[in-house]
Amino acid sequence: ALIGGLCFQVSAALKEGRVTPTELCRRCLSLIKSTKFLNAYITVAEEAALKQAEESEERYRRGQPLGVLDGIPVAVKDNFNTAGIETTCASNMLKGYISPYNATVVQKLMDQGAVLLGKTNLDEFAMGSGSTDGVFGPVRNPWSYSRQYKEKSVPKSHSEDEESNWVITGGSSGGSAAAVSSFTCFAALGSDTGGSTRNPAAHCGVVGLKPTYGLISRHGLIPLVNSMDVPGILTRCVDDAAVVLGSLAGHDPKDSTTIQDGFKPFELPNLTDVSKLLIGIPKEYHAPGLSSEILALWSKAADLFKNAGAKVIEVSLPHTRYSIVCYHVLCAAEVASNMARFDGLEYGHRSDVNKSTESMYAATRREGFNDVVRGRILSGNYFLLKQNYENYFIKAQKVRRLIANDFVKVFRSGVDILLTPTTLSDAVPYMEFIKEDNRTRSTQDDILTQAANMAGLPAVNVPTALSERGLPVGLQFIGRSFQEKQLLTVAKWFEKQVKFPMIQLEVVKRHHHGVVQHQKSASVS
Amino acid sequence: AAARGCGGIWRRAWQRGAGGPTPRGQRAVACNATGGAVPAGKSGLAPWVPVVGLEIHAQISSNSKLFSGSQVQFAAPPNSLVSFFDASLPGTLPVLNRRCVEAAVMTALALNCSINKKSLFDRKHYFYADLPAGYQITQQRVPIAVNGSLSYSLCTNNKMSQMVTKTVRIKQIQLEQDSGKSLHDDTRTQTLVDLNRAGVGLMEVVMEPDMCCGEEAAAAVRELQLILQTLGSSQAVMAEGQLRVDANVSVHHPGEPYGVRTEVKNINSVRFLAKAVDYEIQRQIEELENGGTILNETRAFDSKLGCTIPMRDKEGKQDYRFMPEPNLPPLIVYDAKSLPANMNHQQVVNIDWIHERLPDLPSVKREKLVEQYGILPEHSFTLLNEEGLTEFYENVVKQTKMKPKKVIGWILNDLLSYLKQHSLTVKESPVSSFLLADLLNLLEKKEISSTAAKQVLAELWKGEGKTPLEIVREKKLELIQDQKELEQICQAVIDGQENEVIMRVLG
Repeated sequence: ALIGGLCFQVSAALKEGRVTPTELCRRCLSLIKSTKFLNAYITVAEEAALKQAEESEERYRRGQPLGVLDGIPVAVKDNFNTAGIETTCASNMLKGYISPYNATVVQKLMDQGAVLLGKTNLDEFAMGSGSTDGVFGPVRNPWSYSRQYKEKSVPKSHSEDEESNWVITGGSSGGSAAAVSSFTCFAALGSDTGGSTRNPAAHCGVVGLKPTYGLISRHGLIPLVNSMDVPGILTRCVDDAAVVLGSLAGHDPKDSTTIQDGFKPFELPNLTDVSKLLIGIPKEYHAPGLSSEILALWSKAADLFKNAGAKVIEVSLPHTRYSIVCYHVLCAAEVASNMARFDGLEYGHRSDVNKSTESMYAATRREGFNDVVRGRILSGNYFLLKQNYENYFIKAQKVRRLIANDFVKVFRSGVDILLTPTTLSDAVPYMEFIKEDNRTRSTQDDILTQAANMAGLPAVNVPTALSERGLPVGLQFIGRSFQEKQLLTVAKWFEKQVKFPMIQLEVVKRHHHGVVQHQKSASVS
Repeated sequence: AAARGCGGIWRRAWQRGAGGPTPRGQRAVACNATGGAVPAGKSGLAPWVPVVGLEIHAQISSNSKLFSGSQVQFAAPPNSLVSFFDASLPGTLPVLNRRCVEAAVMTALALNCSINKKSLFDRKHYFYADLPAGYQITQQRVPIAVNGSLSYSLCTNNKMSQMVTKTVRIKQIQLEQDSGKSLHDDTRTQTLVDLNRAGVGLMEVVMEPDMCCGEEAAAAVRELQLILQTLGSSQAVMAEGQLRVDANVSVHHPGEPYGVRTEVKNINSVRFLAKAVDYEIQRQIEELENGGTILNETRAFDSKLGCTIPMRDKEGKQDYRFMPEPNLPPLIVYDAKSLPANMNHQQVVNIDWIHERLPDLPSVKREKLVEQYGILPEHSFTLLNEEGLTEFYENVVKQTKMKPKKVIGWILNDLLSYLKQHSLTVKESPVSSFLLADLLNLLEKKEISSTAAKQVLAELWKGEGKTPLEIVREKKLELIQDQKELEQICQAVIDGQENEVIMRVLG
């Protein structure tokens, strides 16, 4: 049976000496190499990782590991600052940039002995929903190479279609989702502003947790929208998400928006009785474009709760449909502001154009940012102009308040958890995805995840089933503010019921029988 | 034209500086003590009312910056006081410095402001090399304090004896970040950036346009400077840029709306402020009387030429694209009533607590001096205007039997003029309050004459470590009290100069 999740299992194995941190680290590094075609990592910090693993090994040898995460290989999205390891945001602007400090979350992971393998790929500055718009190229969804997908979707000529049929990971934390999904690490950090952790988690069949705004420090996370950004957690099971959450959460004096009250890490109980639960099904999440497959899965999940004795009711979040346009204004405005610092003076790319300071700024920013970033900067500055501020920014802020109030009302009425789909459909092939521009895509893809960011609420994607094409589909649970324990407890119960299948990756199996077996045996009951 | 209040200055001929602007004709525009207009000298011309408002940036006296832990220090090696946040490294966040909030609250209380218990921070965007983040964090929507007032006094007709007290309204006080410094190297066409100052806490004090001439503006700023220094909320040394004054100047005819205003920057002393404002008023009047128009522009004061010149506009018309600062929660300050019981007192700013601990403000100090020592009000101004002079005076008074009223003459006429002549501060005075008291005691006991006392003081300035008594003995300056001895001396003198005495007598 699953006891406390993967991290606890591996931790126990490490303690008992069945495997050493160095072995574990080497296996993961080797897996990263053989799955390089996924493009999940931008930077692999092999040397630093092995050094950390050795230090961890020494602690285990002395019988003094730092905690559950000691010796556990992890990956971090490349928009978190890591001292000594490049932090690029998948942008020309920060290519080669080495931060002098660790983000608080990175520091916390290291303080607990976790081994940082490297930095994962994303959309440039996390602006996107496909992990296709970064300067290092798109991330490939590991499920594209799974037996499950191949059997169902590529019955014809094998080799040729593999190139054109691979599906996207979703984004913008696609690298982290792919890294966890392909066994190259046990947990990864993402960031979540409009769904950037939950969306790729759904497409890659992993757990993706967006904690309550203010629960985890943003210090060192290169911002997209400060008022919505949250560090996200990607793991293979809900228990692991709780473990990582416990190691990251709490007040940070370097981030004034974190909660003042102390946070107590928790272990998730095994829920046996759900009869006291009130699950809300927000009708507005039955959005245009929702695939019939996901709709069916969603109602099946509702039935699952109902049959187990929980009360399931339909609820309304009437302002949901304004969420995307509201988000667009607020996001662009903050992006315009946050990106102003990239002028080529103190750090990052600097253009050779030096006729004047102004021309140098202009060229630096033109060369450093992609079209998506530049487009958002432009529209954001437009929204912030004196003559537009009232009509766009202020209005969007008011709508945001209405959206947040929708949730407040529903939760006040007694609803414990909201159950929704995470995405409209399963992952689409890359060739299809790039037919539409980033803005259209983001608009469609964020539609189900984005309101939770507006309201600052915790939400988690739980991998639920495989689609007809053999690709993962996830459902989302949204909880009350700072009620992560309740949220994850319900998610864990659900995870146990649905028995989401293990990814069957030929390439991984062939070369790395050991580590996969290890992870598999730990995660399958 | 009758010139009252600060009006005297409008009758001064305008001096042309070397290579300076066109000479300004003599003009007789005046404003009186109530700010009203006085007819101009030229016949048939409507009078002009000058209007002056001030925006003052005071650097907060604090060990560390407004939002980061870097040290604040003047003239440190370039870029030696720069934290990751100050350099705007991606991912860094502002953390508000409580000391800066306390300084602002203190200043707001001293300026009779109402304090906003909840104030907000905003981002003001513009691109400039010494603004690393591309925006300044300031308080645009809801500043920490509003609606205050500042009383200041100035003398009329250049006579210390005629002092008028006026009041200027304070619109608001806001907390904001200072920028770094750009140093333009024209020969190598490069700009060097020093970020030591970037992020230092500023209080922007906005004064309503209640002033009407340079002298008023200067007196108001001087008073503010004294208040800040008394509170310790800013060192307020203009030469070191801790107090920066921008003046908004316009002129209009009585009964008409305010004229187009210009903003005068680059003023780095109180004296230059008066000059800059008066020049600008005069310039605008001439411009308008010659049929010209005033542009809403920023002008820099050139202290060498004594005039204001248009500044090159950096980015054309600016739209600062203000936005709420999302990384800082609203700034909440408490009073005794609103302070929650479970709050950590180390982490909150309590208005009442600060109020109880406010030191005597300059106006109160002056009143006390006048009352306690019987000196004239104008003397109390002079005492407070020089740093350390009040303490010096009070120490002398304590150590001597001479009446305070008499002591003040020695302080203002002898000590102060000597210090001024030699550009010394009170602290640097070669004569300590103890020595001066010693000397005055000799005088008071009639052991020396007033003339001898001045001679002794002249010796004391040399700072040779001698006491007044030693000098008196050495120079034989004692007053002779013995009648016989005096007669003998006189006789001896006469005897020695018999011929001359005879000549005189005959003469």
